[in-house]
Amino acid sequence: MTPSPTLLQIQNLSLSAGAGKLVVRNASLQLAAGEIVGIVGESGSGKTMLSRAVMRLTPHAISRSAGDILLDGQSLYAMNERQLRAVRGPRVAMVFQEPMTSLTPTLSIGEQLLEGLRMHLPQAREEHMPRIHAMLERVGLRDTQRILSAFPHEFSGGMRQRIMIASAMLLRPALLIADEPTTALDAVVQREVMEMMLELTRENGTAVLLISHDLPMVARYADRMVVMKQGDIVETGPTAQVLAAPAHDYTRQLLRTLPQRRAPRQIDRTAPLMSARDLVLEFGGRQRWFRKGAPARVLKGISLDIFPGEVVAVVGESGSGKTTLGMILSGLLQPTSGSLRYKGQPLLPGSPGFKDYRYNCQMVFQDPYSSLDPRMTVQALVAEALRMAEGLSASDKRERVQQALADVGLGGDFATRYPHELSGGQRQRVAIARVLVRRPALMIADEAVSALDVTVRAQVLDLLAELQQRYGFSCLFISHDLGVVEQIADRVIVVQGGVIAEQGTRDAVFDQPQNPYTRQLLDAIPMLQATPDGGVHLRWRHAEGRTNAPADNAAYPA
Amino acid sequence: MNRRSLSFWLGAGLVSVVVVVALLATFWTPYDPLKLDFKTRLAAPGWQHWMGTDELGRDVLSRLMRGTATSIRISLSTVFLATFFGVLIGALSGYLRGWPDRILMAINDALLAFPGLLMALGLLAVFGASTSGIIIALALAYASSVVRVVRGTVLGLRERDFVRASRVMGNSETYTLLRHVLPNCIAPVIVMATSMCGWIILAESSLSFLGLGVAPPAPTWGNMLAGSRSYVSQAAWLAIFPGLAISLALLGINLLGDALRDRLDPRMRRRV
Repeated sequence: MTPSPTLLQIQNLSLSAGAGKLVVRNASLQLAAGEIVGIVGESGSGKTMLSRAVMRLTPHAISRSAGDILLDGQSLYAMNERQLRAVRGPRVAMVFQEPMTSLTPTLSIGEQLLEGLRMHLPQAREEHMPRIHAMLERVGLRDTQRILSAFPHEFSGGMRQRIMIASAMLLRPALLIADEPTTALDAVVQREVMEMMLELTRENGTAVLLISHDLPMVARYADRMVVMKQGDIVETGPTAQVLAAPAHDYTRQLLRTLPQRRAPRQIDRTAPLMSARDLVLEFGGRQRWFRKGAPARVLKGISLDIFPGEVVAVVGESGSGKTTLGMILSGLLQPTSGSLRYKGQPLLPGSPGFKDYRYNCQMVFQDPYSSLDPRMTVQALVAEALRMAEGLSASDKRERVQQALADVGLGGDFATRYPHELSGGQRQRVAIARVLVRRPALMIADEAVSALDVTVRAQVLDLLAELQQRYGFSCLFISHDLGVVEQIADRVIVVQGGVIAEQGTRDAVFDQPQNPYTRQLLDAIPMLQATPDGGVHLRWRHAEGRTNAPADNAAYPA
Repeated sequence: MNRRSLSFWLGAGLVSVVVVVALLATFWTPYDPLKLDFKTRLAAPGWQHWMGTDELGRDVLSRLMRGTATSIRISLSTVFLATFFGVLIGALSGYLRGWPDRILMAINDALLAFPGLLMALGLLAVFGASTSGIIIALALAYASSVVRVVRGTVLGLRERDFVRASRVMGNSETYTLLRHVLPNCIAPVIVMATSMCGWIILAESSLSFLGLGVAPPAPTWGNMLAGSRSYVSQAAWLAIFPGLAISLALLGINLLGDALRDRLDPRMRRRV
């Protein structure tokens, strides 16, 4: 690479949260014009604070305790508010994680795009319009006239993020800060938006500071990588070098958390534990004036079997119906039509096998911050699951609870704590213990690790796999994360638009996907593969270099 | 002592003073609160009468003490009734949803549409102006806002995963409601109940003023305040002392309520 002039220089920057607590410690980082630098780290690593500091937009409680940030050789900390306004937007722009909240809901897209241009450029309103139209087309949106008069709620998440990127790039900034720009999007859309964004910045010579917890994604797109941990930059270097030969323990630890496929297991698939036939779920048929609206069909006839001791993964995008399927199998929703069988018996509330099913089929929810009653201790939460257990004395129950807590690694004084005193990973362990304490036959895990940080996710996933192995329960693992699924599943079911697109053993689905949708899902995520010498190397699962197709388009009907 | 325990002790102190005074007044007051003495009409506060006398020469301190018992009894019973029924109906409505919810809410919204005082007036016309009449009328008038708040909270909690988890566990709906939903409603209910104490004391005084409250000459804080109106330029103490009593009692109840709410919330009890 030809050496280009330094654009951004962060010099020994320390940010303090008061009382001597540093959220960023002595960070130094350089960014050349047009360069893409990725910062990876878990939540609390200071990566977001560091990026906010570049715009001088850190929260009030955070102050600079040492160091400086230079943009084109000028200190940002020496600037007054007026000078900073001339930097924010025209020189440094930002794309946020949450496209749902980063656009103002009450202003039309056109107003919001114009706002930035009019603030910084002298021309009249009309003269900006061609530029806006061109930019919207550039980010892959069609029917731009209609988009300009539409409001944010009329767009899907992917389209909103395209609009955000258009708005950031309109002023052709020298630096774009992208804070988890695609984390909230579905896998397929993620890749499209990411590649569109980087193509656009490349054309404009804009440097990108890409902040993410998603190591494979950063590895795929960044020229250089910065690894942060608890406020410290622990490693910096060209991406290929960091991946191939990580120098710092923490980087190695991060790389180890990448899901690895395990050897296939033998599953006895003679008598299913639970089976579903032709599940259909319709919502609504909302009563309008004088007529009934057409019902929304969420599931359109899904049949599946879960065998004893088997881990079945259900994958699909948001809106595919996978969560609904989990809710029906867990008994939270009644299907509009179709049948369920448990151990061969038809399953209906009140039928003879229902009590057995209700006791033995349990669920772990996605959000551990919502799935535990905030007013109960860990002990009480787990013990509650045994309230209806038959044939267990009080001391048996106590023992079981202790055992379950020990199994999930929460022994000792954790029992008396409340959920708010636990981290996300610990809470999810409590949720798992609550299921485990019943010695269940089936655990339904709906995105059970999606809300967790990468290293914690790996730990919880390992724990789940180990407990599944030890207690032999079946598991229905619902996830959008193919990496996780690859690690844990025996069999994979791909759901799209309420029907099963493809199903088969893990190896069959991952190695020879038959369905184009499955292929698209697999293509969307880069994969890091361990190399024998301790590093990793990056590969796409299937053909790389797919053209960046324009997105499904125009404003969605509300 | 941190801020939270300070507000607890301050609140508890004020409330216990009010309670002790109310109890004391049932046995003893410095003067007979009903005894007229035309020789000392509108006497300023002094050694004889610490808080002065009113337009009929009655001792203000004695009336205030006697009034404490009446006002506090009305206020607390009303709040208890309104909260109890408000929580019951609100929780059922929010938890059951569907047509029971629609019916209950239609009635409740109709009640809410009336100003509380107007409703109480109408009800008093039915029940007759007595202490229990006032309590029932005010409780009915104020319960509807509790219903709204509790229903809203329950509707939100109902969709939380821990309520779903309880259902997946096979717990009955009643158990889930009592064990998981209601305890998590407690914070808004306490806030409502404590601020309601104040509204009730004032509402009672308004009713007394209209002649529908506690019948004179029996003193309440409200009717003392109302009665002071015509003399406030000559004898400000007639308004100042009942007003002060109301303010201090409400301050105490509110501080105590906030402290109680925090004390009952495990998230506030300990920090990591």
